[in-house]
Amino acid sequence: MNLSPRLQVESGKVVLTGQWTLSELLPGLKELEARLAGDDLATLPWDLSSVSRLDSAAAVLLWRTWNERWPVELVASEMQRRALERVAAMPSAEASSTLSTPGLVERVGYLVLALFDNMQGLVVLYGQMLLDLVHLVRHPSEMPWRELAANIYKAGAMALPVTALVGFLIGVTISYLSALQLRNFGADLFIVNILGVSIIRELGPVLVAVLVAGRSGSAMTAQIGVMRVTEEIDALSAMGVSRSIRVVLPKLLALTVVMPMLVLWASAIALLGGMFSALLQLGIPFPYFVENLQRAVPVANLVIGLGKGLVFGFVIAWVACHFGLRVKPNTESLSANTTRSVVTAITLVILVDAVFAIMTRNVGIPQL
Amino acid sequence: MTGTQTPAVVEMRGLSTVIGDHYVHRNLDLRVESGQIVGLIGGSGSGKTTLLRQILGLNRPAAGSVSLFGENLADEDPVSQRAMLRRLGMLFQGGALFSALPVFDNIAFPLRELKCLDSDWIRRLVHLKLAMVELEPGHGKLMPAELSGGMVKRVALARALALEPELLLLDEPTAGLDPDRSQSFADLLRQLQGELGLTVIMVTHDLDTLARLATHVAVLAEQRIVEFGQLAEVMAGEHPLAAAFRGGVQTQVL
Ligand SMILES: Nc1ncnc2c1ncn2[C@@H]1O[C@H](COP(=O)(O)OP(=O)(O)OP(=O)(O)O)[C@@H](O)[C@H]1O
Ligand SMILES: [Mg+2]
Repeated sequence: MNLSPRLQVESGKVVLTGQWTLSELLPGLKELEARLAGDDLATLPWDLSSVSRLDSAAAVLLWRTWNERWPVELVASEMQRRALERVAAMPSAEASSTLSTPGLVERVGYLVLALFDNMQGLVVLYGQMLLDLVHLVRHPSEMPWRELAANIYKAGAMALPVTALVGFLIGVTISYLSALQLRNFGADLFIVNILGVSIIRELGPVLVAVLVAGRSGSAMTAQIGVMRVTEEIDALSAMGVSRSIRVVLPKLLALTVVMPMLVLWASAIALLGGMFSALLQLGIPFPYFVENLQRAVPVANLVIGLGKGLVFGFVIAWVACHFGLRVKPNTESLSANTTRSVVTAITLVILVDAVFAIMTRNVGIPQL
Repeated sequence: MTGTQTPAVVEMRGLSTVIGDHYVHRNLDLRVESGQIVGLIGGSGSGKTTLLRQILGLNRPAAGSVSLFGENLADEDPVSQRAMLRRLGMLFQGGALFSALPVFDNIAFPLRELKCLDSDWIRRLVHLKLAMVELEPGHGKLMPAELSGGMVKRVALARALALEPELLLLDEPTAGLDPDRSQSFADLLRQLQGELGLTVIMVTHDLDTLARLATHVAVLAEQRIVEFGQLAEVMAGEHPLAAAFRGGVQTQVL
């Protein structure tokens, strides 16, 4: 028995045979549709009595062929008739809700509103953190030590290798490029000033911030986001556990504490890389470099660098938690908010860095 | 059609499944013929979901074979594997709806994947399926996260039905449905079975549904199918699990 759906016009009557099901229709669908659309079939009587199966996909096809009207004469079994009636009962083409694409002004407006919305969210999160801290001072037993330690380990200890590698390479590169220039002027010794100030005060903190935003910031957003998708956050609340103390606060504290240490570590390694390169290029020995470093770079620079690390760490965790809490329970929103978290964190870090640069413009610059 | 010559829809021979280092199934045999509605029962954690995953090719047999529509899924090349999988619909225990897509697009997804149907056809089909599971066309705009637990189940069923499958695998289809909805679910499946000769394998703990719908029952215990047969036969059988179910079913039937 042939299964494929067939259509014949016999003595002014349309006769269908075979299985009219989606899987059988698919192979020869184009030709069949062309035949159905051809000669005015809708006005003829139809005979479905030899059709072995008729599923709803085929019923829709027939109903459309008949221009959404019953044909003048239809021979069909009770079941086929029911399948067709179900299709007939559906409302035909609904009033297509034309979604107007927003114009330029409208889009700018939405962006501004989103900006205010985010700023409000950040302020609320900050306020909540202060309230939580006050609460913890009053009830020290509720301090989430375990979560704090876990976060410090994940965001700090685990980040040591990558920050070291990147720091070292940047140190080598800057030292190498500067040495090429300095040698032309015979100002070899200034390599110490250049490396010292640029790495300790500027490059170390910013570099680590970018790495940590990509590494830990995204992880924090994704973690809180998934907890929202899977309702874990609600489960916590249901057990009477404060989500802000147990989930958000440890992240904020951990990253704030850990970042200055990472900055110190990465800056030290970067200087090591710079020293290495200076030794090879300019023949400056290590002891000489270290001795001059103390003279050329006032301690204020180190304080500024570590201070930046502290603030950057807080900013990254703050932004990460904010966007994590904004995740709607679907995967699309999760990925969008993770991206936003990283981009916003890096942008804010650069912005804060500029503010630092202006505010500390008179501090720590070596006088010649 | 001669029933004996057509190959079984699902046939498992000597199937063993190993997850980690423990056996979920050991030397399991099951043969499901076209047109049967098989209720798969067994204790929690006995490996019912894993068995359905074997049929889908999501878990690989450690030993033995699974064949679908007479062909071994593992032997086929990717193109015919996909063609085979299109002939079945699966309702996952947790729904497994695409959380980023609204209900309408969830149901339309497998239809769009065919790349043969125009948008009007797809729209009508989606609305038909929504109506089949007693949802309004307006529900199509909701996101999966905005649905109630029972609605998730119904949308997942609509999606499993989207491709007009010949074989339907249902993992606890009526969990989370009220008795009325369970009843109309059973009616819907019965009607589809009558019209299209659908084959169904459903995991269920719901005695009402089992008594109303199943033509056959398979009991999964001790890592294999300990009993398989017509509803009445198995319920009269010796196995303690059947006996436990029997108490419930008899009160339903009487
Ligand atoms: N991905 C997995 N990793 C490890 N073990 C698994 C995995 N999936 C299932 N198992 C184990 O396999 C066994 C069978 O699980 P399965 O989900 O098939 O049970 P079930 O019969 O469907 O139970 P229920 O009725 O509770 O849904 C369980 O012991 C479970 O722990
Ligand atoms: Mg299960």
